[in-house]
Amino acid sequence: MEHAAHSPEEIQKHVRTYIAVFVALAFLTVVTVGVSYLHLTAAIAVTVALIIASIKASLVAAYFMHLISEKKLILWILIITMATFVSMILIIFFTNKGVMHVVS
Amino acid sequence: MSDAVIHYIEEPHPVTGVTNSKLGVWLFIASEVMLFGALFSSYIVLRVGDATWPHGWTVLNIPLATLNTMILITSSVTMVMSWASLAMNRFDRFRLYMLVTILLGCAFMVVKGFEYAHKFEADHFPRTSNFYGVYFTMTGLHGLHVLGGILANLYFLTVGSKLWKTHPKMFMGRIEVAGLYWHFVDLVWIFLFPSIYLL
Repeated sequence: MEHAAHSPEEIQKHVRTYIAVFVALAFLTVVTVGVSYLHLTAAIAVTVALIIASIKASLVAAYFMHLISEKKLILWILIITMATFVSMILIIFFTNKGVMHVVS
Repeated sequence: MSDAVIHYIEEPHPVTGVTNSKLGVWLFIASEVMLFGALFSSYIVLRVGDATWPHGWTVLNIPLATLNTMILITSSVTMVMSWASLAMNRFDRFRLYMLVTILLGCAFMVVKGFEYAHKFEADHFPRTSNFYGVYFTMTGLHGLHVLGGILANLYFLTVGSKLWKTHPKMFMGRIEVAGLYWHFVDLVWIFLFPSIYLL
């Protein structure tokens, strides 16, 4: 994203997007806290919390961190990072006796 | 004076298409993902292996943590608005938004301080249990990141802002990458908050 090339009109449009994202993030935070008071079963509570957190994180990354219009190189760095991160979580998850016990 | 010059911090590198500053900060963020990832993995292993692990909401202050979440989200907006102000050539607004971002960061730390003080008064320390070990380690490391962001932003609000007069494009680039870091800190909290406090 080459910001210096942006016109004031484009920036104004971005500002409106930032405000909309802020409203969405605040709303999703209220939803996350609200859902936690329902005391759902562990599996459902974790799933719901992770889905909402992922949506919030995607909004921050896409609009505040400008990933939605970022160069491919940056996107590839993040794809490789996320693949490594998810692999680490899965390896630990499926090789840990305690985890397997809880899952089963 | 050294003759060493860091190239492509104002203009994008012809090969990568981004400035070296931005590439460097994204690589740093990638390493941070793995740092917090290792802690989240440890948390999962410790939690699922302990049948007596408490739900966060039974022992932690949810209203205070929710307030801190709102503070951090708001600070992300003011941070990105400080960059947008520079893009619109409004240095006065940049200073205002950056000041608000710093104050919100400080407010986050103050709320966290109250939260920790309450825990210490109740005789809850990292050594108390695995739960408190994880709680203090993860929120403490995140807090240190917030503190680092506050200090960097304070530099850009004060002495660092002189660059705007001589190299405005380079200064905008610096605010953009400082923003990337700040948003990442917000992003970590977005996962920390439900994981530690709400589940």
